[in-house]
Amino acid sequence: MSENKFEVKDLHLYYGSFHALKGITMAIPARRVVAFIGPSGCGKSTFLRTLNRMNDLIPGVRVQGQVLLDGRDIYAPDVDVVALRQRVGMVFQRPNPFPMSIFDNVAYGPRLLGVRDRNALRRIVGECLEAVGLWDEVRSRLDASALGLSGGQQQRLCIARCLAVEPEVILMDEPTSALDPVATAKIEDLILRLKERYTIVIVTHSMQQAARISDYTGFFLNGELVEFGPTGTLFTNPRDQRTEDYITGRFG
Amino acid sequence: MPVAPLGTTPGLRRRLRRQALGFALLTGAAGAVALPGIRLLGEVLRRGWPVLGPEFLLAPPRDFLRAGGIGPAVLGTLLLLLGALGVALPLGVGAALYLAHYARPGPVTAGIRVAVGGLAAVPPIVYGLFGFSLFSVAMGLGRTAAAGALTLGILVLPTVITAAEEALAGVPREYREAALALGASRWQAARRVLLPLALPGIRSGVALALARAAGEAAPILFMAALFRAGPGGGLGDRPLALAYHLYAAATQVPGLPPERLYGAALVLLALVMGLMALALGGGGGGWPERRP
Repeated sequence: MSENKFEVKDLHLYYGSFHALKGITMAIPARRVVAFIGPSGCGKSTFLRTLNRMNDLIPGVRVQGQVLLDGRDIYAPDVDVVALRQRVGMVFQRPNPFPMSIFDNVAYGPRLLGVRDRNALRRIVGECLEAVGLWDEVRSRLDASALGLSGGQQQRLCIARCLAVEPEVILMDEPTSALDPVATAKIEDLILRLKERYTIVIVTHSMQQAARISDYTGFFLNGELVEFGPTGTLFTNPRDQRTEDYITGRFG
Repeated sequence: MPVAPLGTTPGLRRRLRRQALGFALLTGAAGAVALPGIRLLGEVLRRGWPVLGPEFLLAPPRDFLRAGGIGPAVLGTLLLLLGALGVALPLGVGAALYLAHYARPGPVTAGIRVAVGGLAAVPPIVYGLFGFSLFSVAMGLGRTAAAGALTLGILVLPTVITAAEEALAGVPREYREAALALGASRWQAARRVLLPLALPGIRSGVALALARAAGEAAPILFMAALFRAGPGGGLGDRPLALAYHLYAAATQVPGLPPERLYGAALVLLALVMGLMALALGGGGGGWPERRP
């Protein structure tokens, strides 16, 4: 039996009076890829953002229920959100490298953590760029602006930037929706390699992508988690009629 | 004659004629707007240009401004602008950062916004009175460049705040979230990510604000002097300024050759337009690249 990284218990989220998440309960196993699918506005991204408390930034958001990370409630009053976000990293839909050099992008997190030693920073940057398969492409221009990279390279840089703070979990919010198929394939390969060390939770618009890379899939609809289970089972033998309708293309 | 394959109907011709008429009217209106500006610039250039020269620009005045130069007023303007910048930049960018980045919507934030908007609507002469009574009298700074710079700094504060807040709010949300998701505190995210990204917009706003401050005589009306007998020109002395110079020299110096006024006006215009060009041009991200 594999350990669970996250356990979510009866989680509700409100934007003002809008009930955006309705009683989500699920367990996310460690060092697996978990994908969330569902139509636009179904709550899958909102749910993803509860896992590192990114919704805290949005005025008027209220959260009820529990999200346990290694058994500790991340919404408890004594939780340090900054420390939480260092354990639970995030990659966004649009590649968003900072307007700095490639090196400084990756070194941003370690520097926040107080790493000042140049050799240590060089080692971290090298390892993280190597891990995302970007090292050979950028090793000669680490001082160049990250904004000069292609979209796919930028997204891999963002993943490297995220790895540099040594998170345990990586949340990915439609990380390939702004990329071409070749760049998408590279990111998917990368995700499969990363799951040996990290727990990966990914929101995707593409059911094919979920089927290709995830071990478990959750189907969201109107703020509810309709079905959650092993990816193979969910796609071949869904328990819920609504899941079947969605994956067979009858709506969404 | 080849047949027009799509046909030119009388209706179409009428519409085209109307359109041509409409464009002509608009062109005329645009020209009429530009004309006074061109005329003004031409007049100032024509009459001011001959008096310009190293002596006029740099030397102190002689014979109660009727000869010599406007050097002290040029330097005084620059000093006032630097002082105003020192006041408006930290206060304005700080306030903008608070409004765009920290403030939650609510009565306090709304109140601050109303206050900023209200400040922008206050006439410059009221700033002059206010600045004089607060900085010169109540704070005991007297009729000094320091009091003048503080007054001008407050005058341009709304411009700086508004421009900086817009520039900060224009930074895509993803950048801020990316920094926070890496474990940055809000301040760290603001300093290393948001401010550099917003810098071009902030720079434009500040340059516009300074252009305005350079051209105002009213806010420093009660502090400025027309000329200085001895040396001086620091923050603790009475300020000289081009805008005030124009006003006072024109009204208080009988027999002043008007060309000398046009010369001073030309210098002031050049300064203001230079700042405007900086505001509009600027261009390019201003973020620093740090070496590993």
